[in-house]
Amino acid sequence: MSAVAAASLLEVEDLRVRFALPGRHLVAVDGVSFRIEPGEVFGLVGESGCGKTVTCRSLIRLFGGSPPKSIDGTVRFAGRDLGTLDAREWSALRGSEISMIFQDPMTSLNPTMRVGAQIAEGLQQHRGLGAREARAAAIDMLGAVGVPAAERRHHEYPHAFSGGMRQRVLIAIALACRPKLLIADEPTTALDVTVQDQILKLILKLRADLGMSVLLVTHDIGVVAQTCDRVAVMYAGKIVESGTTAQVVTRPAHPYTRALLAALPAHTRRGEKLRPIDGEPPNLAQPPAGCRFHPRCAFAVEACRAVVPPPIEVEAGHRSACLRALEIG
Amino acid sequence: MSAPSSERWRRLAGNRNLQVGLAMLAALLLAGAFGPHLVRWDPIEIDFAAALQRPGAAHPFGTDELGRDVLARVLAATFVDLQVVAVCVVLPFFIGSLIGLASGYFGGWFDRALMRLVDVLLAFPHYVLVIAIVGSLGPGIANLYLAFALVVWISFARIVRAEVLVARRAEYAQAARLLGYGHARVMLRHILPNVITPSIIFMMSDVVLTILAVTSLGFLGLGIQPPTPEWGLMIAEGRTFLQDAWWISVFPGLAIVYVGITFTVLGEGLDDFLRPKG
Repeated sequence: MSAVAAASLLEVEDLRVRFALPGRHLVAVDGVSFRIEPGEVFGLVGESGCGKTVTCRSLIRLFGGSPPKSIDGTVRFAGRDLGTLDAREWSALRGSEISMIFQDPMTSLNPTMRVGAQIAEGLQQHRGLGAREARAAAIDMLGAVGVPAAERRHHEYPHAFSGGMRQRVLIAIALACRPKLLIADEPTTALDVTVQDQILKLILKLRADLGMSVLLVTHDIGVVAQTCDRVAVMYAGKIVESGTTAQVVTRPAHPYTRALLAALPAHTRRGEKLRPIDGEPPNLAQPPAGCRFHPRCAFAVEACRAVVPPPIEVEAGHRSACLRALEIG
Repeated sequence: MSAPSSERWRRLAGNRNLQVGLAMLAALLLAGAFGPHLVRWDPIEIDFAAALQRPGAAHPFGTDELGRDVLARVLAATFVDLQVVAVCVVLPFFIGSLIGLASGYFGGWFDRALMRLVDVLLAFPHYVLVIAIVGSLGPGIANLYLAFALVVWISFARIVRAEVLVARRAEYAQAARLLGYGHARVMLRHILPNVITPSIIFMMSDVVLTILAVTSLGFLGLGIQPPTPEWGLMIAEGRTFLQDAWWISVFPGLAIVYVGITFTVLGEGLDDFLRPKG
């Protein structure tokens, strides 16, 4: 594995992100490590508040209005340690080498700019294209993401586009500069199911066309199963299980992954009640001792209350942070 | 703001306030531009023989105590007053909007310091401050502009800052940062166009407040100096004759009322036009 590992596009090692709350700290991401290989679709899955989004935002160091108190650990992108970049280098990297698309296409476009101009802006900024070339490239890009009549629609404003079309526009903006890594934070959550499927297929197609890697963040393990090569499951700020999609989805070795899969409506017979995960996600300001999942875990034993389970390799490339991983998997 | 042109015309066609406001403004500007040339009398020339004549065929608005034609003076004052008002509104609009934009965008100590300053300034009524500044620096146009710029920007800064606080968290603003754009570009190109509308609409009501303030300062002798025709000054000069020659003060007063109504209606119309509801 070491030859592959050396060529990883993104290496995240022991990422730890702390936020300051009045009088205490909250560790939103607690020792997360993963790698993304070139051309790979990597899924990060978990329920709301488990630290998926904070993980993404730490990769690009943009947090909107509420920056964390500290970010520890190393993030390497294409061999560069991102911890050492200054503001100028970050600006050159964002949107150019690493791009991101957001959850809500309705609010992520600037309502006062024509969509073509929004796509072209990045090309002018990062690639030094002239206004005319950038415009032509923007129209091409709009066509490439499947917006019909791109020639005519590039000078319309976002309000004239439907949700699915706006997500396509956002993808066009994110990919205009041909980034090596696309971070897609719940790109389909705000869309209806048929459009979701189209957008996922589009992302997969563009991944192949452009040869980029994708970090797909979602709470929907069904989406992961459809699209990802490898996946990591997050719970309460930690990665609890990781492996290839086939390993994780068909032979889950962590009780949380099993519970997530069991909760899918497709795994429930008609007339049967859905199987939710009992209890609630832990408060990250006061996480439970030992394994963070033990209060909700059907497999918990006495030791789970005391010991923080280390990742155990249950098969090649498939790790689970559970004391009973080998029995469960 | 983002409507295509045909849509824009349709919205204008259904917006009575905007139509009336624009028509009134056009009439005002035409009167100011061509009025003085159409009147036979000079607004400054003194003619004691014709002093204090009632409105009639020769002098439709009558004459003042120095025999000057009131109509000619009211018309000549139009551009004087509009010019002063425009500067007194536009200057604070630019200063205030940019300060509000930067303050809301960067936040932190810069924002806190600025907003405390705004709180202090807000403790005084705007125009008391203006009068205090002009009073201490001495009357005159330049000091008037300076006073308005120093005081009135806070209204615009507050309006824009409040909008920026919302807009800077909007995903499109974050997305712009994410695409590697610098702060200046994100602020001016991505946030400003989305937050400026309330400020533009407030500018219309500010015109109404400012015309009153400017004419009041003229009335108090702190603004434009005689013999330049100015509405507030004319009212002040006419007040000693109010019982015998009401027309000296009333016609410039009506002109002020007209400007006030014009910009109130225009502001209402612009509000509907730029911020369509529902």
